[in-house]
Amino acid sequence: MNETLRNTALFAIIAALIVYTGFAQSWNAALLIISMGLISSIMALGVNLQWGFAGLFNVGIMGFVALGGLAAVLIGMPATEGAWSAGGWGILGALLLGAGTVIAAVQVMKRMAKGWRRTVVVLVVLIGGFFLFRAVFDPSVAAVEAVNPAHTGYLGGLGLPVIIAWPVGGLFAAGAAWVIGKTALGLRSDYLAIATLGIAEIIIAVLKNEDWLSRGVKNVIGIPRPVPYEIDLQNNPGFVERAAGFGFDPVEGSTLWVKFLYIVLFAAVLLLLLWMSQRALNSPWGRMLRAIRDNEVAAEAMGKDVTARHLQVFILGSAICGIAGAMMTTLDSQLTPGSYQPLRFTFLIWVMVIVGGSGNNFGAVLGGFLMWYLWVMVEPMGLWLMNMITYGMNDGYWLKDHLIESAAHMRLMTMGAVLLLVLRFSPRGLIPEK
Amino acid sequence: MDFLNAFVALANYVLVPGIAYGSQLALGALGVTLVYGILRFSNFAHGDTMALGAMSAVLITWGFQAIGLHLWVLPTALLALPFAILLTIGLLLGTDRVVYRFYREKKAKPVIFVIVSLGVTFIYNGITRFIIGSDDKNFLDGERFIISARTFKKMTGLEEGLAIKTTQGLTVITAIIVVAVLFWFLNKTRSGKSMRAYSDNEDLALLSGINPERVVMITWIIVACLATTAGVLYGLDKSFKPFTYFQLLLPIFASAIVGGLGNPVGAIAGGFVIAFSEVTITYAWKKVLGYMMPAGMEPDGLVQLLSTDYKFAVSFVILLIVLLFKPTGLFKGQSV
Repeated sequence: MNETLRNTALFAIIAALIVYTGFAQSWNAALLIISMGLISSIMALGVNLQWGFAGLFNVGIMGFVALGGLAAVLIGMPATEGAWSAGGWGILGALLLGAGTVIAAVQVMKRMAKGWRRTVVVLVVLIGGFFLFRAVFDPSVAAVEAVNPAHTGYLGGLGLPVIIAWPVGGLFAAGAAWVIGKTALGLRSDYLAIATLGIAEIIIAVLKNEDWLSRGVKNVIGIPRPVPYEIDLQNNPGFVERAAGFGFDPVEGSTLWVKFLYIVLFAAVLLLLLWMSQRALNSPWGRMLRAIRDNEVAAEAMGKDVTARHLQVFILGSAICGIAGAMMTTLDSQLTPGSYQPLRFTFLIWVMVIVGGSGNNFGAVLGGFLMWYLWVMVEPMGLWLMNMITYGMNDGYWLKDHLIESAAHMRLMTMGAVLLLVLRFSPRGLIPEK
Repeated sequence: MDFLNAFVALANYVLVPGIAYGSQLALGALGVTLVYGILRFSNFAHGDTMALGAMSAVLITWGFQAIGLHLWVLPTALLALPFAILLTIGLLLGTDRVVYRFYREKKAKPVIFVIVSLGVTFIYNGITRFIIGSDDKNFLDGERFIISARTFKKMTGLEEGLAIKTTQGLTVITAIIVVAVLFWFLNKTRSGKSMRAYSDNEDLALLSGINPERVVMITWIIVACLATTAGVLYGLDKSFKPFTYFQLLLPIFASAIVGGLGNPVGAIAGGFVIAFSEVTITYAWKKVLGYMMPAGMEPDGLVQLLSTDYKFAVSFVILLIVLLFKPTGLFKGQSV
């Protein structure tokens, strides 16, 4: 069987699975799987760029995705009335002060001669700057959070079309990636993993605790959509008529139409990024990256700047994850910092890349769809399995209750097992790198 | 100004918890650093190894409690610890056999090992949650305090109380014993010496007839002892919740790197550096400063540098500083 045919068959299998879900469950469920599959594929493309092209191990995907989600809030939501005048400018000023302190400390480090004097000056600048920052920051935060805390209590956003948040989410993630890459790249490979693990935890902690920014665990809901609302469509006689023409009642027709529009938007982004990744893979730049990945020493001897290229590709890959994060928050219309779990947002994406075939962009897309489908299906399957196992036991028997209750934790084990099995027996994945 | 009260308040809220937490981190970091030194990869599964070990101890403790077996004033968990360690040793040796050995024989890159260990992490985590659930579990019994705040106040007549929990005392004593035995083992015994030789220079060690598989096996056994002990102590001192152990991974790695990866002394020092930075930066200094400052100059605010929600940020920032300025750590660890 030739390669194209085989790959087409693999994609066709996934399409068939999704169509089957459409018939067996509902078309709404099927379309939702497709839209989340598209987003997952984009994340997998980003990770594939880092791991497949360059061999960089990023364990902080969750953080970059969450930064994208933050962008959706900051761009899409309307500004909270009165919050900016209450303390918004104060917060902005405090953040600038903080940035100024860091810049001043870096300048002192660069300009002064090494010695205890420099250490003292740097410490004074940092500690003084920190207290100054807190002195401006704290009252402003309190003022902002006091503005109608039950509904807002945060700054809000710019009120721009939410689509703009997608590239902005990419920029946010790129900024965080720059900081991490600058410190941890060029050292041994595990350090990047540990540093990214840390930054992800911190980004989530910031989103959970800085209420003025993201409402924390109170969640931001009702982020404006780039597509029409179902209720408007149902009240639109023209739409109802068209839906009836296809044999849908207004409610079902409108929910399907909205999901379809999202899918068109997401697919456009995925195709664009896929095209760019393919071009990058086959360009001299892509060849250089693979050369670095396969033999760093040799590439360095050929005059390639390994650390700079790694930084570049790390930032690009993280930016793609940020874009996907903004898209996901747009789809959900809400930012819920409590829902960001490393299993779901870091580990699952890794499994997608490795199962699909690291180093191959189409593999990443395939893995994105396949693993997302499995992710959705594992829980009902686990429950079914547990029901089968406990079939012979009496109701109320502790083991039966315990097993059925624990079925929810099957996902962790399944994903871990899938990763280990693929790495061991088929390390090149479903669509191997050429 | 009242230095005595200030000191007691400081000891109560910063020194005692810091020492206990530092010992727990040091034990965890020792495990990470040993795996790094011998097997040469960062073991992401270490946090969940601790969780699994602690879970076995919890279950065995419950069993002992059910049959009425108690350890006088000490927590019954101490009695369960050896059995839990045996289970963890079995688990780790089994994992090594099924998972890691294949890659070792293939001489896979370290980063592949890291990814594999991430897979192992999730399987361990899944097993833990599958067996014991994801909620808080209490397995502490025996006397709660070595000295309670009220007794201390009565004894000394001071305004401030100093409370030392049994678990805190136990943590420190156990940590000292474990570390002493570990260093004796590494420095005095034949097996320990072969481990250090293997860590220093693999090829040379192989040439002098050291059996690598034996070294690896001993390493996993020691790691199991360290991880289970650390996990049980942390669980007794704070509380046992499966997901907290995954989050402990960051401070543990930070400790190991700050001290210098692969260097056991560094791991201990790093553990205390991280623990004290975390506790001092997230502690509200109002009380201590209130005693220290002259009358009328007491601070109004809490004087808390960072809220406790950001305790990860502390280990992370220290990690970044060390990576920027001294990537091999305070004590010379392995760099490349």
